[in-house]
Amino acid sequence: MPGRIVSLFRNLLRRNSVEQALNDELQSSVELLTEEKIEEGLPPSEARRRALIELGGVEQVRTKVAEIRSGRLLEDFAADLRFAFRTLKKSPGFALTAIVTLALGIGANAVVFSVLNALILRPINVPKGENLYTVQPPGPPTLSYLDYVDLRDRNRTFEGLAAYHISGAVGVDTGGNPSTAWPCMASGNYFDVLGIQPYLGRFFHASDEKGINSAPYVVLSYEYWHGHFHDDASVLGRTVGINKNQFTIIGVAPPTFRGTELFFAPAIWIPLVEQPTVEDYNGLQFRSMHNLFVVGRLRPRVAPTQAVADLNAVGAWLSKTYPADDEGIQFKLAHPGLLGDAVGAPARRFMAGLMLLAGLILLAACANLGSLFAARAADRAREMALRLALGSRRGRILRQLLTEALLVSLAGGAIGLSGSVGILNVLSTWHPLSDIPISVPVNPDLRTYVVALLLAVVSALLFGVVPVRQVLRADPWQVIRSGASGARGMGRITLRDLLLVVQVAICAVLVTSSLVAVRGLVRSLQSNFGFLPQNVTLVETNLRMAGYAGNHISEMQRRMLDAVSSIPGVSAVGYADELPLSLGGDDDFVYSDNVTDFRPTNYAADSMFYYISPGYLDAAGTRLLAGRNLTLNDEHDDFKVLRKVLVNRQFALRVFGSVDKAIGGHFKYWGGFRAEVVGVVEDGKYRTLTEDQQPAAFFSFLQLNGSPTCLVVRSGRNPGEIAGALEAALHGLDSGLPLTIKPWSAELDWALFAPRVAAVALGVLGLLGAMLAVTGVFGLASYVVSRRLRELGIRVALGAGKREVLRTSLGHACSLLLIGSVAGLALGVAASRVLSHIVYQATPKDPMVLGGVVAAMFLIGLVASWIPARRALAADPLLLLREE
Amino acid sequence: MSEKRTDLLRGTLDLLILRALNLEPLHGVGISRRITQITKGAFEVSFGSLFPSLHRMEEKGWVEAEWRASENNRRAKYYRLTALGRAQLKAEEREWNQVVKIMTAAVESA
Repeated sequence: MPGRIVSLFRNLLRRNSVEQALNDELQSSVELLTEEKIEEGLPPSEARRRALIELGGVEQVRTKVAEIRSGRLLEDFAADLRFAFRTLKKSPGFALTAIVTLALGIGANAVVFSVLNALILRPINVPKGENLYTVQPPGPPTLSYLDYVDLRDRNRTFEGLAAYHISGAVGVDTGGNPSTAWPCMASGNYFDVLGIQPYLGRFFHASDEKGINSAPYVVLSYEYWHGHFHDDASVLGRTVGINKNQFTIIGVAPPTFRGTELFFAPAIWIPLVEQPTVEDYNGLQFRSMHNLFVVGRLRPRVAPTQAVADLNAVGAWLSKTYPADDEGIQFKLAHPGLLGDAVGAPARRFMAGLMLLAGLILLAACANLGSLFAARAADRAREMALRLALGSRRGRILRQLLTEALLVSLAGGAIGLSGSVGILNVLSTWHPLSDIPISVPVNPDLRTYVVALLLAVVSALLFGVVPVRQVLRADPWQVIRSGASGARGMGRITLRDLLLVVQVAICAVLVTSSLVAVRGLVRSLQSNFGFLPQNVTLVETNLRMAGYAGNHISEMQRRMLDAVSSIPGVSAVGYADELPLSLGGDDDFVYSDNVTDFRPTNYAADSMFYYISPGYLDAAGTRLLAGRNLTLNDEHDDFKVLRKVLVNRQFALRVFGSVDKAIGGHFKYWGGFRAEVVGVVEDGKYRTLTEDQQPAAFFSFLQLNGSPTCLVVRSGRNPGEIAGALEAALHGLDSGLPLTIKPWSAELDWALFAPRVAAVALGVLGLLGAMLAVTGVFGLASYVVSRRLRELGIRVALGAGKREVLRTSLGHACSLLLIGSVAGLALGVAASRVLSHIVYQATPKDPMVLGGVVAAMFLIGLVASWIPARRALAADPLLLLREE
Repeated sequence: MSEKRTDLLRGTLDLLILRALNLEPLHGVGISRRITQITKGAFEVSFGSLFPSLHRMEEKGWVEAEWRASENNRRAKYYRLTALGRAQLKAEEREWNQVVKIMTAAVESA
């Protein structure tokens, strides 16, 4: 075997000297034979002739030896490549079209695959990330601290279970300039379960947790340390203020560690037992307070199904022991990274749909190239015939054609891939929402490159085999006799026609789905949110960061409301702890008034809870349907016993049966409190634009003393002016207030993120599809016109009008376009169901969408056939007849 | 001439070449002559089959070649069996004898 390898290299690298040696050997053989013959008594010339005959021709023997030599295939391949390169260089237009088409097709696939890979296929970037799972109950993927502790201590299938809480930003005071940062509050075993080693200093461990508020430590992310402490190693041991509490920096995480959520990289990690300190509210003490994500590492050789069974055994125990909070609780596992199934499930569906569409793009591109290559093979029929007549084998010609296809495909793949790497790098550094540290790490990895290469090779095979039948059938004698332009009946359905129909159908599917998505986005922008974000400016602040606590908070909030309402041009101002359609938002169970057993299965509704000031309704533009608004005087009633509340229409229908019955009605909620409905407001959107209608309840802000504060300010003045006035007025009250002032429409970026991404992604794919349809129809139409130019000239000479000329030249292509479009539209309507999960009211049964697709395909036909039509109409009989 | 067997099975040709080279190194023409001689004129190998076979055997390492002067003082490429080639010859002879035995038994049984 080593001998063969040596020969292979010798044959490839020193081809000339190997050839030379063979020549010498054959020459010497001829001489030996000649000598033999001379000895037998033949004259020298005759002896040499006989010798050559006996050898059987030097050239023939040489070819035979060359055929068995190692590396023969590679040598042929190299020759094929050189030849393919030369032929392609001779028709740069064809080569360029083919390469660009493939670059687009493969590039689109590489981008989509890379995102799919980063979000769904690739385990998160921690050691042995593949056996890490998120533990989630059905519904919202969060658990309470007490349930987490029971799960952690009672399960037998996990090496460890860690929990973390993602709250909003906290104020960080590093001495001098306070700023905000997004923390991850993690259980003590967090870093140990994930298997992360500190970059500097140490991490906190389970042994640091000695009860609530026992571990005032903070771990910095590498990025935060780099950005705020300039890589200063002496920060270890220093104290920083977090929401005015003192924390000691104990370590820095390695640069590659971004937490366990793909979209959210925490700036700092704080022990979970410090959550009460940071948020001034102990959310860890209630079993019904679901605010933790739980992630765990399976023990070796434990299957996920075993783990689920084990967790559910603990769940059954929880359900029996704490029926009030946990009745019927169950668990399932999900891959970490996308907030369990909350984001994961729709993301998976959407990415699968997108991957399918991208695959269709490539298929359309292959159909397009297949017909291009078939046309080219037809035009090269003379060359092929000549080669066949000269004794070339058909297999050899086919290999040549495939090599050409492969060369085009690899070039297109390389260009497409480099383009997509650029796009992916931009995507990875993109921060879609300005004030939330969300980014999408979708850097390509080896898998992306391999997939792109495979796609290139597979597509080369796909479109490369299209002309095979043509070559196999070719009869050199026929072709050379009648010339390449041998009339093939245009009325017959050829393979090319079929390919064009397929391609147009695929493109129509893409155009349909992108129109459905874009239309859905437009609709969701116009739909009724339950508030009017136009002309509203938001002021966000956190009073706890500014050092307020207890009753001072609501007192300060009232002073802020008064100050803002006296600004000229402000028509209404209100307070809300959270805004609908922003990142946060709490929901909780509510019970009928007669319920005394508050177990989860007895609830009447799962309602959104908001805390607002009376001015909120006017400022937000939310209509009151019945009853009265909240007043500041409501607090004088004994609100500890019976709280006054507004509910939305859905809440009224769900809990009381009708809007009228709701007024004056009572209900109970978490903690056994009772509430009385004083008014009913219109329905709105609360978490996402695509949600089913949710019930919502609005309590008075005076009951909350909540530190996150959002002022909703409605004013007709221009936003820049009003922002200045707001800042002046509020800093007049307290110059230390951290303020974020922005229009409400900017805040809605979060809610519109998913539909926007969907619309852009599908829009781009639709555009690609449309481009491919144009090139496909254009290719066929111009091919037909150029083939039949002479016939057209004769028709014109015989008195054919423009209409006839156009019909003969373009009728065929147009009817194919029509068939393809209809088929594609039907398929697209079926496919759009996938979209309805992401895009609000995505329905193809919309006259705008149907009309849009028809118009788009018509436009595509028009654009594609414009130039061929001009050429056909310009057919000049004299010129054409003279030419041949 | 035409009834002489020239279209040998490839395996048979290899065996004959190995056999021919077993005694002494030979050049291509010499191998052809030696085969005719040891088969008592029954086989005449065409050079179109002989040279590809020789080159294949050289790549496999069964034979090695060197240029030297012929008996008439002409430069010629001489092939010589290697140790590997000798082992191959033994194996092929064994195999051939077995085939002969089996075929003889089969033909005589009928």
